[in-house]
Amino acid sequence: MTIQLGVVDYCLLIVYFAFVLGIGVVVRKRVSGTKDFFESGRSLPAWICALGFIGANLGAQEVMGMAASGAKYGIMTSHFYWVGAIPAMVFVAIFMMPFYYGSRARSVPEYLKLRFDEKTRGLNAVTFACMTVMSSGISMYALAILLHAILGWNLHVCIAASGVIVLVYIYLGGLRSAIYNEVLQFFLIVFGFLPLVLLGLKQIGGWSGLTARLAVVASRNGMAEGAWSHSWKLVGSADTNPMGVEWFGLVMGLGFVLSFGYWCTDFLVIQRAMAARDMSAARRTPIIAAFPKMLFPFLVILPGMLAIGMHVSGDAHFALPSKGGSLDYDMVVPAMLAHFFPTGMLGLGLTALIASFMSGMAGNVTAFNTVWTYDIYQSYIRPNASDAHYLAVGRATTVVGILASVACAYTAAKFNNIMDVLQLVFAFVNAPLFATFLLGMFWRRATGHGAFAGLLTGTAAAAAHHGLSLPRGAETGIKGGWMAVVHQYPSEMAQNFWTAICAFTACFLATIVVSLVTRQRKTDSELTGLVYALTPRPKEDGVAWYKRPASLGVLTLLLALLLNIIFW
Amino acid sequence: MDLDVRLPIGLMFSIFGVLLGAFGLVSDPRIYQAHSLGINVNLIWGVVLLVFGLVMLGLVARSRRRGD
Repeated sequence: MTIQLGVVDYCLLIVYFAFVLGIGVVVRKRVSGTKDFFESGRSLPAWICALGFIGANLGAQEVMGMAASGAKYGIMTSHFYWVGAIPAMVFVAIFMMPFYYGSRARSVPEYLKLRFDEKTRGLNAVTFACMTVMSSGISMYALAILLHAILGWNLHVCIAASGVIVLVYIYLGGLRSAIYNEVLQFFLIVFGFLPLVLLGLKQIGGWSGLTARLAVVASRNGMAEGAWSHSWKLVGSADTNPMGVEWFGLVMGLGFVLSFGYWCTDFLVIQRAMAARDMSAARRTPIIAAFPKMLFPFLVILPGMLAIGMHVSGDAHFALPSKGGSLDYDMVVPAMLAHFFPTGMLGLGLTALIASFMSGMAGNVTAFNTVWTYDIYQSYIRPNASDAHYLAVGRATTVVGILASVACAYTAAKFNNIMDVLQLVFAFVNAPLFATFLLGMFWRRATGHGAFAGLLTGTAAAAAHHGLSLPRGAETGIKGGWMAVVHQYPSEMAQNFWTAICAFTACFLATIVVSLVTRQRKTDSELTGLVYALTPRPKEDGVAWYKRPASLGVLTLLLALLLNIIFW
Repeated sequence: MDLDVRLPIGLMFSIFGVLLGAFGLVSDPRIYQAHSLGINVNLIWGVVLLVFGLVMLGLVARSRRRGD
């Protein structure tokens, strides 16, 4: 599949790049110290932080991956939003943001140091730094390979150009520049993808036309008619739904462990909320972000469902590209763009796609330079230097981060397997994290040794579970079963969910046991502002109800519940 | 002097709107038959983007007047 761009398409692309770089140049004047560079001066209004919050998360993986899942699994993909994101976003806003924003911590690892000890922080900082560089590299590689495939652009030029652009605007303006660009990118993605959905729905005859076609998809896959158009109806057993998961694994694994682990502990998103101008804005950030997040399934999953529906019924001669005998789901978005958008709109759609790759990359790079400078360089390599020195280090780290991402991009290109293995290792390290934060914030007796032992136990449990189980029909190795195959899961996703559940439970229990047998070295005054019982509740007298996190949170949850019921 | 993020957003979407809309006016209608169900999406969406861009610029102007 190749796409021919016209002059107007290139114009749109060039205008976009000019604005991205222009924002960096203008914002640069505001950067006078590390607080501006890494924390955006803690001066932004809630709505900007909120759009940055989801903009950073709205990377290419989201846009392309969710459309691919929409085609592969249908409306069940919405569980990644209505179950796997919204509740956690409300939780982090109401319960956890007071500790992140209210404490002296400037990053998530730094919170761990204040609450627990140096070794817990070190473990989190180092794994997080490695992971961000890798994600940014993978994002870069995926962008290059896509542009190469559909436009025939040179792979090396794409990697270099995307790296340089992200480098320039972060180097100049730091976090503020990254967040402003994320806001810009957010609107671009919405306006770039909305017409695709509208045209697709018109083509297929609305929701009823779509469900009729999805019924054909379902029966061809040997499932009940509604398997692609109902999100909950068929999750009673893993064998009756396309994702191959059952409700308990779904709710506990995805809805609780994985989702809370990501939204509540990942510094990439937390950093955006911590840039808010006051506590109230910081707490409203994830909740305001939850509203558009809730509607994203219509923007990113629906194109995939429309694509598979059109593919099976041959509407307007639409066909998904195939790779190696099966459908190439990753190409859903480019195929839909090429089908529905004439030159002009095509430029807009493509710009939106490129924007999503760059926001994913920039989010990782800003999180990396902060954690590296504050939690590794300032803590272990050179403490007590001047602020100007750390600012220079932060800027230099941005360059290093981009270069390391480029290296990762080329590694991903060469050894696909190494990257898979690394990603798996990081998944093991991350899986138990939420247990540590939960106990840290709500149980004052939890100790540093307990947290550290819990994290290691959780990671070991995740690795052991993965090594002992295998998705049905998969080969032993990277997919699991590398120790012995004790249990077979109906799908890879079910295995992932249960790996997370094991890791969380092991970490939770080990942290409690080890905490009880070790001494709490932190005094109550040291823990003030870090633990729920020792932190004064944020005052909300005289704040209008629609500005209170709790009432906004309840409203958000009700809306998410409503969506679940509508698409039951 | 802080940059109001709505300013670049408003400017960029206005430019996008004008570019797309103008192209929609002069483009060969056959490309819409081939792609977008005969609908001139460039023109329609160009207008939508322009309106969004102008609303953003309007908000910037309003908050500047208030600030002065």
